[in-house]
Amino acid sequence: MQPERTFSTDGFAGLEHNFLTGRLEDLVQWARKRSVMPATFGLACCAIEMMATGGAHYDIARFGMETFRASPRQADLMIVAGRVSQKMAPVLRTIYDQMMEPKWVISMGVCASSGGMFNNYAIVQGVDQIVPVDVYAPGCPPGPETLLHAIFTLHDLIGTGEILKRREDSGAGAGVQVAQLDGQTDTSVTLSAPTMVTKG
Amino acid sequence: MVASEPAADHTESGDQTESIDQVVDSAEPEPELHGAPVTTSHGIVVAHPHRTALVALVATLRTGGYWQCLDVCAVDYLTHPGRPELPGSVVAERFEIVVSLLNHRQRSRLRIRVQVPESDPSCPSLFAVHPGSEAPEREVYDLFGIVFDGHPDMTRILMPEDWEGHPLRKDYAIGRIPVQFKGAPASR
Amino acid sequence: MTTTETTTTETTIGDTAALDTTALDLTALDAARDALTNDDSVLRLGELEAEERSGYQPPTDEGTGERMIMNMGPQHPSTHGVLRLVLELDGEIITRSKPVIGYLHTGMEKTGEDLTYVQGCTNVTRMDYASPLFNELAFSLTTEQLLGIEAPERAQWIRMLMCEMNRLSSHLLFMASNGMDLGAVSMMLYGWREREEVLRFFEMVTGLRMNHNYIRPGGVAADLPPGWKDAVRRVLDPLPDRLAEFDILMTGQPIWRERLQGIGVITTEQCLALGTTGPILRSTGYEWDLRRDMPYLRYDEVEFDVCVGTYGDSFDRYAIRLAEIGESIRIVRQILDKMPPGDFRIQDKKVTPPPRARIGESMEALIHHFKIFTEGFKVPTGEAYVAVESPRGELGVYIVSDGSGKPYRMHVRGPSFVNLQTLPHLMKNTLIADTVAVVSSVDPIMGEVDR
Repeated sequence: MQPERTFSTDGFAGLEHNFLTGRLEDLVQWARKRSVMPATFGLACCAIEMMATGGAHYDIARFGMETFRASPRQADLMIVAGRVSQKMAPVLRTIYDQMMEPKWVISMGVCASSGGMFNNYAIVQGVDQIVPVDVYAPGCPPGPETLLHAIFTLHDLIGTGEILKRREDSGAGAGVQVAQLDGQTDTSVTLSAPTMVTKG
Repeated sequence: MVASEPAADHTESGDQTESIDQVVDSAEPEPELHGAPVTTSHGIVVAHPHRTALVALVATLRTGGYWQCLDVCAVDYLTHPGRPELPGSVVAERFEIVVSLLNHRQRSRLRIRVQVPESDPSCPSLFAVHPGSEAPEREVYDLFGIVFDGHPDMTRILMPEDWEGHPLRKDYAIGRIPVQFKGAPASR
Repeated sequence: MTTTETTTTETTIGDTAALDTTALDLTALDAARDALTNDDSVLRLGELEAEERSGYQPPTDEGTGERMIMNMGPQHPSTHGVLRLVLELDGEIITRSKPVIGYLHTGMEKTGEDLTYVQGCTNVTRMDYASPLFNELAFSLTTEQLLGIEAPERAQWIRMLMCEMNRLSSHLLFMASNGMDLGAVSMMLYGWREREEVLRFFEMVTGLRMNHNYIRPGGVAADLPPGWKDAVRRVLDPLPDRLAEFDILMTGQPIWRERLQGIGVITTEQCLALGTTGPILRSTGYEWDLRRDMPYLRYDEVEFDVCVGTYGDSFDRYAIRLAEIGESIRIVRQILDKMPPGDFRIQDKKVTPPPRARIGESMEALIHHFKIFTEGFKVPTGEAYVAVESPRGELGVYIVSDGSGKPYRMHVRGPSFVNLQTLPHLMKNTLIADTVAVVSSVDPIMGEVDR
């Protein structure tokens, strides 16, 4: 005995509920997070673990991300995997600038997040001095599971749309301002009041 | 198999069966190798020529079987307590260029240490004898500021071209930034 | 295309026969050296100048036609890390080139002067990050030479086991990336699949998949866990079948052969003049392998062959590395049988920290632990250079000690740094598409190139 169908009164009578409806924003975010295309920006050891994440055991293709685009024009996500040296920093910024909006950055590994164990003249102490970072993945190198966790965090942020707000408004990031010019003398670090983004 | 050689000054040149050890064990007051004083360090023979005699020594050694120059590096002895291992006739300077050679037939290594003064940081290049020393010499120039005369491309190789300073010198700070959570300039 | 064969030389235990160099004479070496110093393969152009002059070069008075200077990298899917190639092209053909490095310069040698000898391995291990244990081994051997100590017997065998497993994982990485660079994209997955098993073993023993900090001065950090033999067998047993799969996919394939045979040819004399070591030197037919010819650890007690090529081209280098995987498997199987019992670390209290349990019992143990991990152990004044045969060539560490707990100067002779000098000569008069094959066959790891 089929239950009696009740029809909503908002004009969909007769269509037999064959439509999915939702906000356009949600659909766009759902599509975006299911097909993020990373740009190949593997620099050092973290690149090896990033490639391992693309391998058969950890299989980033499950999440639609196995196509690492060589051209930044075709990529959404820049996973900065490895230590960024003085010479590489302008190249990093150029590649970031060449990516089309919306674009995201995962800082993979401690060297990209903060300079890691190399607190010296040669390494930029945190890639967030050059590009705005959305997710930081710690580890030296972070195993594929950690990278996948970072990617899921990114997917969640894309899904809630929080990530499209300008970063200054949402207060993300550690607020570290470092004027590191020539690496010659110990540079002073000025910190603004740390604002943490709580998971809402 | 090593062919005819300029019949040189010392018997060591060209004779494959005579080993370097015989040079060191010789009864001379200061053992030497083609005119350069010689010491040993953990089983490896170390020659200490003057920098003007470096290229000639390396060329002669190459003829004598040291076909490969593996590495050219430099050391800045500015804050070193002292180098008692240097032979008496060698004047210690701030910089040293260290050349590592390898003899495949005798399976032996040889090291050459050349003193380079701070007032005139230059040294003849080994490029004409060992083309493979091009990149290591550029690295030494980049990180220490020692110029190699006769090098085809004396430019920076690791640091950006417009970088000022030579990072591996002892009077160049490591460039550390103080880390937030320590609350003090970072110290290990 | 002619068939390239890889020939191997039988080595028996205790064989100390000298390398047969009768075919080499000084005139050939001199000719190669003169050619290399005067030839026109290397584009000696400053980086800023190359940027300004990039694009079409007008015809010159010397008669060179229209050339183009083009940049490849540093962000490029096929340049094996951050290597930048400035190419001078005549159409599709490369006339001159220059590898530009420094994009991964980490100041590791400067950092090395700031870390104690105990911490030094954490720094050095990140240089050649595809084979981290070799860096640690070279550093530890040099420190031990300065200290005048030798690691105990079991530690030597453990080190050998871990290093040969690392050679396996590094060569599998080469197989994967070489395959993918040349279009056999599935090779990437196969290579990584085998590598994961080796990394699983490493995680079991050292705690980390990469950059292990396991081989330390005095021995190794921890003993092999119970069940390690089964773990090794689980890694090794499927490998011969998998290597046969690689053969089907690559070695016999006409496309693979067309792309690699005759590409990137180098001669023995050129290699010796350029200071090249490792599979590149062996691909020219010159059998020099530090494990056999200047043995360290206990390589003189295991039986293995040294793989050499014939033509000095990229196919030979690929085949050598594939064969070396087989040789490493052979060595590891022998180690399984020959592993002696004993200490995994030297019992010298000044060098080795005490076991954790003793710290609560003995004041001395506590003090030693404290001193070793804060100040580090003091190493007598002196200088030493020790080299090992890494998957890329001769990896050497030169340490100058001033008697304190930190190296005064630590220099690492990275094989890829010196091997990269062969690139302009390998790429001369080849096509751009061959650049990828050549760079891949040289197998540089930029971490040790730039340090």
